[in-house]
Amino acid sequence: MADEPLILGIETSCDETGVGIVRGHTLLADALASSVDEHARFGGVVPEVASRAHLEAIVPTMDRALREAGVTIADIDAIAVTSGPGLAGALLVGVAAAKGYALAAEKPVYGVNHLAAHVAVDTLEHGPLPAPAIAMLVSGGHSSLLLVDDLARGVTPLGATIDDAAGEAFDKVARLLGLPFPGGPYIDREARSGDPASIAFPRGLTAAKDLAAHRYDFSFSGLKTAVARWVEGRRRSGEPVPVADVAASFQEAVCDVLTGKALAACRAHGVDTLVIGGGVAANSRLRSMAEQRAQRYGIRVRVPRPGLCTDNGAMVAALGSHLVAAGVRPSRLDLPADSALPLTTVSV
Amino acid sequence: MWADGAGGRLGWLTVLVLVVDSSTPAVTAALVEVTADGVALRAYRCTIDARAHGELLAPQIEAVLTDVDARPGDLGAIVAGLGPGPFTGLRVGLVTAATMGQVLGIPTYGVCSLDGIAHPTTPTTTADASPGHAVSGKAEASSATAGPATAGDGTAGQATAGDGTAGQVGAGGATVGWSTAGERRVLVAADARRKEVYWAVYDGDGQRIVGPEVDAPAVAAARARELAVTVAAGDGAHRYADVLGLPLRAEPRYPDAVALVTLAAARIRAGAPGETLTPLYLRRPDAVAATSRKSVLP
Ligand SMILES: [Zn+2]
Repeated sequence: MADEPLILGIETSCDETGVGIVRGHTLLADALASSVDEHARFGGVVPEVASRAHLEAIVPTMDRALREAGVTIADIDAIAVTSGPGLAGALLVGVAAAKGYALAAEKPVYGVNHLAAHVAVDTLEHGPLPAPAIAMLVSGGHSSLLLVDDLARGVTPLGATIDDAAGEAFDKVARLLGLPFPGGPYIDREARSGDPASIAFPRGLTAAKDLAAHRYDFSFSGLKTAVARWVEGRRRSGEPVPVADVAASFQEAVCDVLTGKALAACRAHGVDTLVIGGGVAANSRLRSMAEQRAQRYGIRVRVPRPGLCTDNGAMVAALGSHLVAAGVRPSRLDLPADSALPLTTVSV
Repeated sequence: MWADGAGGRLGWLTVLVLVVDSSTPAVTAALVEVTADGVALRAYRCTIDARAHGELLAPQIEAVLTDVDARPGDLGAIVAGLGPGPFTGLRVGLVTAATMGQVLGIPTYGVCSLDGIAHPTTPTTTADASPGHAVSGKAEASSATAGPATAGDGTAGQATAGDGTAGQVGAGGATVGWSTAGERRVLVAADARRKEVYWAVYDGDGQRIVGPEVDAPAVAAARARELAVTVAAGDGAHRYADVLGLPLRAEPRYPDAVALVTLAAARIRAGAPGETLTPLYLRRPDAVAATSRKSVLP
């Protein structure tokens, strides 16, 4: 193990400043600084606030990661950094930082895809990914189904949200119910004491006519609107809003669609492994429903622990480690931050 | 570090300093040698492109190191322009300086970027005699003696530096600078976008007396009149020359690498502790949440 490459990963695509260090598939450090509290009063991430926070946090977060791993930057074999997709200004801080570290320490730098990193992080907990696998990435910014053949070469997008991301729907419904931002954990908590069958909310893009064109795509905008109308109706008639029941029914609708489509993709592609990542993967109902349903088809569900599902530096290091092991060449020093980096590009 | 001086006298303190400034469209990286009694340019790269700070800066740093056959470990200090400047580009220079300083264990010093335009020094771009001086093909290759200089890519259509302003501030020779300016007060302005400028006012010795601030050019012009300013400098001054109504200095239009290091030289020579590089933003963030987080990731 000691001769496996030591890889450092830097993540700044949204509101988390992450620095992770891995050796092979072994996680040595995962230091994180979050600006989430600064965004809470705006009900969403303010890009400039996030960028400013990254600049302030990057040096101390790097210090913590190196201390935690008990290594110096001279020991590092390569530096990986999220080069996209994400918030342009936020990405740029991480990419410039990675180049500064790479230049000063005379190390190679790999600009990598944030989404592929969400898939790669699972290898730190569950070992190498069987090929092919299906990955479902669900967060405040994205909802994607991917076919993963070789993470070093690229992934094949099967479907994505056509409007709101899953996590975005959680945030908006939480706001409707008077719950704090980010909404996911609060909805999850409320839902535990609610009845998931009490309100029949719509399942977007699951009707036969929609499946023809959007077999693996998601839509959560209609669901969000339906919840808003239902809550509004209650308020107008002066009735109390059963927060727990609304949360549970909404969460059930989201998880039903996500797991249904992910498992359909597994079966259609003859794949026996489903990896779930992104902040919404921390949702307890999504995890349990995915496992229940997968069991029926003999499909294995792999979900990293919640701390690795949300954005962090370890996932970037994990992908970097995979790229180095696969002999992928490093990026050039003029590598750009690309807010719209396509999924087909795993490293720049 | 202690090095053998040219005359073989031991005890001459020579520090190789990396200087970066990304507060304006001019993305600058330079190596400057600070000795007990001087500051000398060793290598220089400047590219004018308001949209590519992130791509340009690191390769330019690598290039200046290669120019003088130095390695990062040879650096003794880093000086960075703190702005004010458009945020996204400005952060590139500061995070680069901070991370390199962290790895190398050397101090980082910040200087207000406008001071680097105002300071009474010979503009870097005229210092052709300096050893190791290099200007990349895309650089702002202006020289006071080389006729009108063309700005690099990305600024097509702007006036060429040095064009039409010769004579106003003695831009005819290598000694161009403030030594001849006497008590003349100077307004330095950089483009702040949104039809505003970052500005400051300096006395004849290059000491900042007001600013930095960010305002509409007309506001800066009014303040400059109150302060008896007689000349303006910087790309923002060129851009809004009509509004300011002041004679213009041709050079430097952008923060000057040697000037920035000169302003930090006392701290470098004294081995003063470095500082956390805090950008001069001057504006609050636009406090509007991303309307859609679709561009943001899982
Ligand atoms: Zn993410």
